[in-house]
Amino acid sequence: MNLAANESEPLLIGEGLTKSFGRQIGCRDVSFCLHEGEVMAVVGESGSGKTTLLRLLSMQTESDAGRVLYRMRDGVTRDLATLGEAELRFLARTDWGFVHQDPALGLRMAVSGGANVGERLMAVGWRHYGNIRDAAADWLSRVEIDIARIDDRPATYSGGMRQRLQIARNLVTQPRIVLMDEPTGGLDVSVQARLLDLLRSLVAVLKLSAVIVTHDLAVARLLSHRIMVMKGGEVIESGLTDQVLDDPREPYTQLLVASILQP
Amino acid sequence: MTTALELHDVAKSFTMHLQGGVRLSVVAGVTFSVHAGECVVLAGPSGAGKSSILKMIFGNYRCDQGQILLRDGARSFDLAMATPRQMLALRDTAIGYVSQFLRAVPRVPTIDVIAEPLIVCGTPRDVAHAKATAMLQQLNIRGALLQLPPATFSGGEQQRVNIARGFLPDLPILLLDEPTASLDAGNRAAVRELIVEKKRRGAAIVAVVHDENVREAIADRIVEVSKFAAAA
Repeated sequence: MNLAANESEPLLIGEGLTKSFGRQIGCRDVSFCLHEGEVMAVVGESGSGKTTLLRLLSMQTESDAGRVLYRMRDGVTRDLATLGEAELRFLARTDWGFVHQDPALGLRMAVSGGANVGERLMAVGWRHYGNIRDAAADWLSRVEIDIARIDDRPATYSGGMRQRLQIARNLVTQPRIVLMDEPTGGLDVSVQARLLDLLRSLVAVLKLSAVIVTHDLAVARLLSHRIMVMKGGEVIESGLTDQVLDDPREPYTQLLVASILQP
Repeated sequence: MTTALELHDVAKSFTMHLQGGVRLSVVAGVTFSVHAGECVVLAGPSGAGKSSILKMIFGNYRCDQGQILLRDGARSFDLAMATPRQMLALRDTAIGYVSQFLRAVPRVPTIDVIAEPLIVCGTPRDVAHAKATAMLQQLNIRGALLQLPPATFSGGEQQRVNIARGFLPDLPILLLDEPTASLDAGNRAAVRELIVEKKRRGAAIVAVVHDENVREAIADRIVEVSKFAAAA
């Protein structure tokens, strides 16, 4: 029996992340650690700062205060703000994935489904057309998209297929971290269940770390190990997912949990 | 006998903010220990806090006060102070929990639901599946059901799937919350057998069981939970 978990270095650290938009607070003093293979859910209602946090983590938005530290593949932990534009772009192509709520933002709608997946591979240096097409086909089947649709544009795909294509495009380069913004939002329940099952097995098989922003506590329970509850830009409660959901301490978390519809 | 688990002066209460901040005390001063190879049954009326104690040991509920010591030889670790990461690791390697209700991802076949805890700890897939299949036969689940997701199964079948999942890995601590609640006599006997077998292999078990026959067959000691009632 192993009495204490191996305390390896975290993969991603947020330290005092703060961002306001004029007088509107986006995020205030958000800190956390994410380890390899760990999935953290960020929950809270609209406007609580969840998406701002994701944008700060992925350097899409510059923070007013605080830093994002990331352990690079060579084992050195670096402050992302000290990386150059080219280094950040390289990380975004190799180590990081970002799954948008609206797949149209994460896909190129004018090129084929296969090309959407293949493009990420070309960005990391793949050149052989046959290999790229094979890898794209393999990933389409892993996310349960019919291979016959490989040459169709995502504009002709259903919403659920687009979302699965976006996930394939992100995972094909075997990233270490995936940031997801409401990945199942706006999908039919049946499609949602399929996507959740898919995400869960991919995360487990690939030992991915992920930060998943969702307002759906059921999604958080199924996918995440840990949970952070945000309100008004601040983290008001965090811990083991089942502990926070089964024994919520803060009034706001109790309200969220009590508001879940039981089918 | 070696002590595997020790609770010292453990207390739990809930503050219900939506009900005007009412404080609901569940238990206080909970103190007992469990040895390896022993089964302690928690007894008491509904609402006495039996399940809450199990949930605190598993880290599902926070522990307000006291210590929950996991012992391994001379070393001990306080579960009440565990970080989320430590708790998750211990759930894979040390503490199993079988609840009354199965919570599974939709669409995942039964065989995978059951084999998952083994696969997570590094058991090869085919070995894990073979063990899961054998366990299900012991629990009288038809082979035809293995490839189906358990969501459509009967209550008793779901419960047996849950039991199989919880009993498959060999963990030193096993927490059982009404494992036989919705089972017929034949299946209750099968579960009783599994529990006795676990004890023989040295597991320390804490169980909540209402069925008298099962209780008689598995309990080495009974801890009356109502004596830990919190002073309101």
